[in-house]
Amino acid sequence: MVAFVLRKVSFMVVTLFLLASLTFVLMNVIPGSPLQSEKATSEQVKKNLEAYYGLDKPMFERYINYMDNLIHGDLGVSMKKKYQTVERMISSSFGYSLRLGLASIVTSVIGGCVLGILAALYHRRFLDHFSMTLAVIGLAVPSLILGPLLQYIFAVKLGWFSVAGLKRPLDYILPTIALSASSIAVIARLIRSTMVEVLNGDFIKTAKAKGLAGHMIVWRHALRNSMLPVVTYLGFMIANVITGSVVVEQIFAIPGLGKFFVSSIVDRDYPLIMGTTIFYAVILLIGRFVADIAYVLVDPRIRLKGGKAGA
Amino acid sequence: MTRDDNPFAPLQREAGAGEKITRKSLTAWQDIRYRLKGNKLAMFGFWVIIVVVALAILVPWLSVHDHYSNDLVNKNKAPTWGHWFGTDDLGRDMLVRTMMGARISLFVGVMAAIIDFFIGIIYGAIMGYFGGKVDEIMNRLSEILYAIPYLLVVILLLVVMEPSLTTIIVAMSITGWINMAWIVRGQIISLKNQEYALASQVLGAGHMRIMFRHLIPNAMGPIIVTVTLSVPSAIFTEAFLSFLGLGVQSPVASWGTMISDSIGAMTIFPWRLFFPAFFLCLTMFAFNVFGDGLRDAFDPKLKK
Repeated sequence: MVAFVLRKVSFMVVTLFLLASLTFVLMNVIPGSPLQSEKATSEQVKKNLEAYYGLDKPMFERYINYMDNLIHGDLGVSMKKKYQTVERMISSSFGYSLRLGLASIVTSVIGGCVLGILAALYHRRFLDHFSMTLAVIGLAVPSLILGPLLQYIFAVKLGWFSVAGLKRPLDYILPTIALSASSIAVIARLIRSTMVEVLNGDFIKTAKAKGLAGHMIVWRHALRNSMLPVVTYLGFMIANVITGSVVVEQIFAIPGLGKFFVSSIVDRDYPLIMGTTIFYAVILLIGRFVADIAYVLVDPRIRLKGGKAGA
Repeated sequence: MTRDDNPFAPLQREAGAGEKITRKSLTAWQDIRYRLKGNKLAMFGFWVIIVVVALAILVPWLSVHDHYSNDLVNKNKAPTWGHWFGTDDLGRDMLVRTMMGARISLFVGVMAAIIDFFIGIIYGAIMGYFGGKVDEIMNRLSEILYAIPYLLVVILLLVVMEPSLTTIIVAMSITGWINMAWIVRGQIISLKNQEYALASQVLGAGHMRIMFRHLIPNAMGPIIVTVTLSVPSAIFTEAFLSFLGLGVQSPVASWGTMISDSIGAMTIFPWRLFFPAFFLCLTMFAFNVFGDGLRDAFDPKLKK
């Protein structure tokens, strides 16, 4: 287990280092600078600004400098939003994105499992067709359509929720659904297809033969064995939720991290681009890492040394 | 008592009954087509794709309107005989714009398929076929690329390039083929030790010939399924980026930009949101169910 974790962590560090270097080089070789503006600035002011942001130093020195700061957790100062550090901007908005993302992951896993289990237990009957129809719709209707649709029906017409913002806990419901629909669909289909197979397995027959109750069979044996593809999908889903949240945050006017993605590009705000890119990459890599560990923990066939037998 | 009266007498066995073929013999591809045709939902998806492609080609070509001319007198008009899908905030015909959007979406889908086909298959085949050190290095490289989310690739590219269709496709060719490469790699590894590959080697065929004439054609099933399912995700990605303003730019019509333009006014001019949204959902639905149908048709476990 230790070797496994070490290998994964070192791999993450290498990926992150490459990504940060690539971003830095790409941003600095292109013409155009964040300090360009419509207003004419005097030579001296321009020089002072360049000196303040360190743009007057050669690229290699800036690179070393940036990497050094990065290791110490310093992401620099935004070049467009005056005197705001990138960390402050990220940390003040990340809370919203994180809560929304977690809500969406929990909803997806629970919703997907419930639909998938129902479909597998009632294989080729009404509930199966019903949940698989829902799943196909979930796949076909992307968040950028589902969001406005939910907003229109439940907030504008019915008035049950507020149209935008995240002030009350109730406000999380619509964005969470818009963000989770496709993941629910994928998880439901994964669970259904593996569970149909698992339910025909010999060990399920054994469990039935020894008189285990129906829900215990599903819970203790079938679900655990059907969870594997879902856990594999988790790492991918985290990326999905991150990118999806950019759109959903825009639709529901949530002051999350997503807005920096677009604005930092338009503004050519180097430190903010670097900051958001690295931050998202870290979140994503951690997500994948957790998914890898969870995979080892869930799979009843993988027993790392010293593990206890039995769930 | 004659033998015929005995109810327990064994039936007269016809000579060679065991050899008789009761079902028409089908080649693998005939079998797949047969099973696909039996799947109503998948066939529905197939026909929807055909119809959308035909509309995308014919409508902008035949219509008296075009997708970029402003007509400010007739802006925000509900559907009428003159404008079947109504007009947008600059008086542009929504029917033509929706179908131009279909062209862009389908183009992105086709490009994704081509990238999958060329980069994904070749990369995956080389990984799987040569194995060993080559496999190790190429696999690590693809894992690193895979760790970079697509959105970040697009953003990195946007630092260098202007937002456009080209950017989207370049970004796709950087990371879009990895899944395909892994699937092909797995297939090739399981196929390369088969007798026919060995036979071909003995007959003096080179690596390229074995790979492209023998191994890849035999892995075609999973390849086709993967391609079909990568099309809707590419279509979604384009709509998503255009929605954020990071993709196709006005006046070019994309479903994503049309949706984002119309959201603010959806309560007043709902048709401006409805038509692009409907066609986006319909196309994604069609490709998804058709891909699912193909997967089922290729899966020998589901054979009845």
